[in-house]
Amino acid sequence: MTWLSPTLLFLVTWLAVFFQTGMLPLRVLIGAPPSILPAIVVYAAFTHSLAVVSFLTIVAALWADSLSGSRLGTGVAPLFVVGFLLNTRQHLLLREQRYAQFWLGFASGVAVPAAHAGILLLGSSEPAVGWFTLRQLLGLGLLNGLACPAIFLLFDGLRGTFEYQLAGPGPYTANREMKRGRH
Amino acid sequence: MFKRSHYIALGACALVLLVLLNLPAPASARLKLAIGGVFLPLFGLSTTSDSFVDQASYQLLPRQTLISELRRLEGENAQLQLLSAQANDAIAENNRLRTQLGLLPRGPWKHRPARIVGRDPSTWWRTLLIDYGSRHGASLNQPVLTADGLVGRIAVVGHSHSQVALIGDSACGVAVLIAETRDQGVIKGPQSTVESGIVELSTFQHSPQILAGHTVVTSGDGGIFPKGLPVGRIIDTRPANAGLFTTARIRLGANLNRLEEVWVLQSNP
Repeated sequence: MTWLSPTLLFLVTWLAVFFQTGMLPLRVLIGAPPSILPAIVVYAAFTHSLAVVSFLTIVAALWADSLSGSRLGTGVAPLFVVGFLLNTRQHLLLREQRYAQFWLGFASGVAVPAAHAGILLLGSSEPAVGWFTLRQLLGLGLLNGLACPAIFLLFDGLRGTFEYQLAGPGPYTANREMKRGRH
Repeated sequence: MFKRSHYIALGACALVLLVLLNLPAPASARLKLAIGGVFLPLFGLSTTSDSFVDQASYQLLPRQTLISELRRLEGENAQLQLLSAQANDAIAENNRLRTQLGLLPRGPWKHRPARIVGRDPSTWWRTLLIDYGSRHGASLNQPVLTADGLVGRIAVVGHSHSQVALIGDSACGVAVLIAETRDQGVIKGPQSTVESGIVELSTFQHSPQILAGHTVVTSGDGGIFPKGLPVGRIIDTRPANAGLFTTARIRLGANLNRLEEVWVLQSNP
């Protein structure tokens, strides 16, 4: 069932964008909307094909842009670049260890909103950017750093529950085979 | 360095960006509303669950509490009716005098309630989503307020939901005046503070007589907000641009972090 994992990924992304519009206590705590899209993209980049990652980053960014004051499409490039780089360089990166997942989530959690702000500033928009942005980026980095291992755990658990498992080696061993006839 | 599939992915993304960022603004806004439509079931579910929780909490309230609350509201209602009668009399007198001066009389404000269903998912803007769209009579630039003060204006109108640009966002400039000194100014985003309850006002000239505690109301200039809507109170002031202007920080009357319901003004007098 190879369709199940991408479907779950898109479902969780859809819910994550919706919860970004609420979660008021967390929003007040970190000083910014609680976006975990970068952490989801990190997970997708390590476990799915480039086609799925590309589609996910474009759709997720358009969903987020559609509910925000940003011009449609301005959020696509930062998410796509993070997904593309991690997917094409995954053989060079640690991903099994929890601390590696934390730092990957942290870095993407800082890079994606910072790049988005840069794109908005290059255009004619006037986003709310100032010294407080550093605090917001730090908050988003920590949130994504903590969310990334949790997303790995969640999706690995879901895949383990719903997908067929690889068959183990079994009891058969060649050196215990009974050979008949003269040798 | 890259494989063929990598170039295809890069090309597809570049194509999507090229198309989206070159769309005319009205087409982009329509597409935005269409894409945002995928969240309507979740917003509906959220609104239904909120009202269900409200109903459940009403069922749990003791009868004695409800009766005492009813008596308090009856007393408050009687006082408000008295104030309303006085206000109506003053409005009628004001309109008579305006007519004698050759000015157009002011009509009453019509307003509709709306519930907040979401906030901006992006870090860079101050916007809200309300469950009040074109099918309820929403139109662009309608002022949004609470009993405590101005909240913002409708920036994007959808069929069943609208996006409200809050005071302090770059999409919501407000022309204001200080009630005590009659100095005029403008509140325009983006703001230099993360605290959504504080915004900055720039006056059109240096005004040393503006003091902390003075009341800020809309001036009616600009054609979006009617005159006299309460905005907030001055916290402090400082001279700007070598003393040519005055910049003042304002604490907004409406608490933008705790909004649940708002009023949308339907007709500008």
